[in-house]
Amino acid sequence: MKETFDVAIVGAGPAGVSAACILADAGIKTIVFERGEYPGAKNMSGGVVYGHDLAQIIPDYVDHKCPIERNIIESRIWYLSKEGGYSFGYRDSIFAAERKHNAFTVLRAKFDRWYAEQARKKGALIVPSTVAVDLLRNDKGGVVGVVTGREDGEVRAKVTLLADGINSPLAARAGFRVEPKPEEVALAVKEVIELPSEVIEQRFGVSNGDGVTIEILGEITGGMDGIATVYTNRNSLSLAIGANLADFATSKLRPYELLEAFKQHPLVVPLISGGQPREYIAHWLPEGGYDTIPALYGDGYLIAGDSAMMFNAMHREGSNLAMASGRMAAEAIIEAIGRGDCSRKGLANYGKRLAESYVLKDLKKYRRFGRFRYRHKEIFNEIPALASLAGREMLTVNGVSKKQKQKMIVKEVRRKMSILRIARLLWHSWRAVR
Amino acid sequence: MSLKIEDKLFLDRFRIDEESHLRIIDMEKCLRECEQRPCLYLCPANVYRLETDRISVNYEGCLECGSCRIGCPYLNIEWRFPKGGYGVSHKFG
Ligand SMILES: Cc1cc2nc3c(=O)[nH]c(=O)nc-3n(C[C@H](O)[C@H](O)[C@H](O)COP(=O)(O)OP(=O)(O)OC[C@H]3O[C@@H](n4cnc5c(N)ncnc54)[C@H](O)[C@@H]3O)c2cc1C
Ligand code: SF4
Ligand code: SF4
Repeated sequence: MKETFDVAIVGAGPAGVSAACILADAGIKTIVFERGEYPGAKNMSGGVVYGHDLAQIIPDYVDHKCPIERNIIESRIWYLSKEGGYSFGYRDSIFAAERKHNAFTVLRAKFDRWYAEQARKKGALIVPSTVAVDLLRNDKGGVVGVVTGREDGEVRAKVTLLADGINSPLAARAGFRVEPKPEEVALAVKEVIELPSEVIEQRFGVSNGDGVTIEILGEITGGMDGIATVYTNRNSLSLAIGANLADFATSKLRPYELLEAFKQHPLVVPLISGGQPREYIAHWLPEGGYDTIPALYGDGYLIAGDSAMMFNAMHREGSNLAMASGRMAAEAIIEAIGRGDCSRKGLANYGKRLAESYVLKDLKKYRRFGRFRYRHKEIFNEIPALASLAGREMLTVNGVSKKQKQKMIVKEVRRKMSILRIARLLWHSWRAVR
Repeated sequence: MSLKIEDKLFLDRFRIDEESHLRIIDMEKCLRECEQRPCLYLCPANVYRLETDRISVNYEGCLECGSCRIGCPYLNIEWRFPKGGYGVSHKFG
């Protein structure tokens, strides 16, 4: 391609497309490269998107037929042992009314395709089936465009935005972000299980297109630092389970076997029974948190979303951070192009905006959370087993006094975990979230 | 309803390139030095399989997660994305 652009974006996920929308609205000539056959073809998430961040880019997204699966009115948390477990939930009618679409589920192959189409309508050029394999540099090392895998595939641009997601050999090759270590990513696998809409509404006690999310911790990840989720879609459930990649490597548990075992758990079986598996996919999540965020901009380039390791594992927020960082990258680019300075200095407002926003504030707040979970494996084995023992015993009516039962439970806890270990766990957990 | 990995991959849509996007750089390392062989376990698509005299790379079912690339302790896997438009295409995602 001989044409030159103001901005070249790598990746048509939430980060890249958000930036493309803002840039195209400002009349900036923008090209987006996407390696999938269509935007979303390579993407995966548990499936929650947040209306607030999307509305900042497409205010009337509902009228524009955004492919919303279900509006989330209830969030449940399960803490499971092998045989049973605890369930907490919070449901609020406000999420069905005034705060509708605060959070809603999507299927990324549909959502990302829709989202990219909005950017195209605004004037951005979206080029699918094209891998960005390298970046073009000037003699000072500044980025001046993208090399694609196509013949004649060099495209020059004043600014390049890397929005290529967590699995980014490109960022590693360019030296913008070192390859993550195994413990800095989680590997998740997901199955989409089809069920009639009425069955889903009955099983989850919802109606009118509302839905529920369940986040699940405990023995289901085989002692590994991980999580599983069950999210409701219109005609399907999204089941995902993942764990720290370093834990997968040492435990030798196979991801697909973990998923099958999860599907056999007594609390999961009644939700998916009779359902038809329709798809099986895998993806990473950034786990390293705040301390693994790379330099966010430099001469002629910026980096946003998962590619910049922006994921809040505590609150399963990633798509919103991608959208917000993509938007802020675009705003900084518009200023830089206006001033005719796309150097590191010219793009510095991106860093300022992010630091002042909830994006970096939240990531900083939870910077210790990943390490906390990784170090305290008892959260994923001893404690759920003990918690279930306590629940089971206290609920069993068998003539043994409650005091006697309490003693037995405390004894069992002390047998499995020292006081010191419990104290350390409590102290570290407080530090991880305060 | 237990699904084997082959059945799971059968649900997916792939456009397969004739040329593999994954390559083991030095097979001797796998056979003589690598004790744990994590690629055999952590791959969600069971792409790497131990045969009598080598590890086969069944790249056709690769889900493109990247885990083998960074999970191999010897960084012994040459890893590229499939060509644009090739590889797995999510229907739902
Ligand atoms: C199991 C799981 C559950 C999740 N659940 C949630 C959730 O419930 N809520 C939430 O907010 N977040 C969730 N996330 C995180 C969320 O999916 C990500 O944070 C979000 O997708 C990041 O957006 P992005 O645009 O930065 O990257 P991506 O969505 O990964 O997009 C990157 C794009 O770049 C393309 N690309 C990559 N490399 C190249 C290249 N070299 N050339 C061309 N194109 C390229 C890719 O094909 C892709 O389209 C989840 C993630 C996983 C894996
Ligand atoms: S992990 Fe790496 S070195 Fe070990 S067997 Fe697999 S490819 Fe070979
Ligand atoms: S990229 Fe993922 S799915 Fe593909 S071979 Fe490597 S580990 Fe397996």
